[in-house]
Amino acid sequence: MAATFNLREAFQTSGVAEILDTLDRELIGLAPVKQRIRETAALLMVERVRKDLGLAHETPTLHMSFTGNPGTGKTTVANRMAGLLHKLNYVRKGQLVSVTRDDLVGQYIGHTAPKTKELLKKAMGGVLFIDEAYYLYKPDNERDYGQEAIEILLQVMENQRDDLVVILAGYADRMAKFYESNPGFRSRIAHHIDFPDYTDAELLHIAEIMLDQQSYRFSPKARDAMGDYIKTRRTQPHFANARSIRNALDRTRLRHANRLLETGDGIVTPEMLSTVEEPDVRNSRVFSQGGSVEKQTIA
Amino acid sequence: MRITQGCFSFLPDLNDEQIAAQIEYCLGKNWAIGVEYTRDPHPRNTYWNMWGNPMFDLKDAAGVMMEIRDCRKANPENYIRINAFDSTRGWETVRMSFIASRPKVEPTIEMTRLETGGRNIQYTHVTRY
Ligand SMILES: Nc1ncnc2c1ncn2[C@@H]1O[C@H](COP(=O)(O)OP(=O)(O)OP(=O)(O)O)[C@@H](O)[C@H]1O
Ligand SMILES: [Mg+2]
Repeated sequence: MAATFNLREAFQTSGVAEILDTLDRELIGLAPVKQRIRETAALLMVERVRKDLGLAHETPTLHMSFTGNPGTGKTTVANRMAGLLHKLNYVRKGQLVSVTRDDLVGQYIGHTAPKTKELLKKAMGGVLFIDEAYYLYKPDNERDYGQEAIEILLQVMENQRDDLVVILAGYADRMAKFYESNPGFRSRIAHHIDFPDYTDAELLHIAEIMLDQQSYRFSPKARDAMGDYIKTRRTQPHFANARSIRNALDRTRLRHANRLLETGDGIVTPEMLSTVEEPDVRNSRVFSQGGSVEKQTIA
Repeated sequence: MRITQGCFSFLPDLNDEQIAAQIEYCLGKNWAIGVEYTRDPHPRNTYWNMWGNPMFDLKDAAGVMMEIRDCRKANPENYIRINAFDSTRGWETVRMSFIASRPKVEPTIEMTRLETGGRNIQYTHVTRY
């Protein structure tokens, strides 16, 4: 009888199923992203079993590109990805090292290579996450030191595939341009994952989860107000999906605290301390200022 | 003449896999790793050249192995040693040190005696290449 292997059981016992489930539970929306992560996990699982059973196997390249608007969860997912790849034995340690251009590129000749290498070394065994990767490349300046960082990255991405996974992230249009001018990156990255904007309903759900994590909740009317807030906020400048929600909630808590202090007789119950009421949301400037809050802090 | 200093130097040379395993051990203890090289393995030569700065906060030996490979390429026929530094209060010292590379043909260290007044003996060691 040919050797058999219980793939599903391995999936459960390796802790991978658990991570994917938490990912599903804690991250709202992002269906296409979750789908790709599941597929990647399945592939790695199958590769591992093929290896155990002595079949030809080739460790897949897992360098990735995350594109999407601000606050769509790229950094959050990259973090989870590091843990997941660790559970799948794809990376040895599973840390996430998050960098931007300034961490990699130096100020003068001879400064860039050591800087880039230092971070690469810290990321080995884990994931190197390069946010807004297109800033590495400045087409109008051929002497830019970014090019040097790019070359070192390309070399390590190619030669040390077993030692680290590189994830590039940024806004879709600019990343597309970046790949056009840097075919080396494009060819080394097999997985392009696009992070869609959240729908209003998803953002509301995210708001509830965020509040819940801080042991607050909306009153029914406040929840409706939050729904209106999201609709309005979306049309205003500097909208950053889930991050805008997080910021809005921080300010909502300010107003909530202030209301408790300033109104009534000052006697509060746990119920009052943890319930966000309609005015806490409605008194935001987002409602009063319509669409013209550019450059101003949106409160 | 086979130079012996640091850990493991009476064993056959460590291969890269074994070197990486030792480095993993050091990183597991949160020791910082320094790579140093020299042409002069004289025991009194305590200051070897540093290959870059000591490496703090690494999670995995792969980064150190990369430096060792680069150091070998740039300094063939040198001795390369790995120092693992413990910054814990009270230790603040190298906790482990071992040779990770040596030249194909090693120099000899020759001892000469010089008799001085009162039949005292002074010893000198000279590295001969
Ligand atoms: N699907 C989600 N469910 C719950 N919270 C989320 C979700 N997506 C993002 N968040 C929260 O939104 C905030 C911003 O997310 P994150 O930093 O991952 O966005 P980003 O895509 O990296 O943004 P940027 O491009 O601006 O760096 C974080 O506080 C995160 O916890
Ligand atoms: Mg981010």
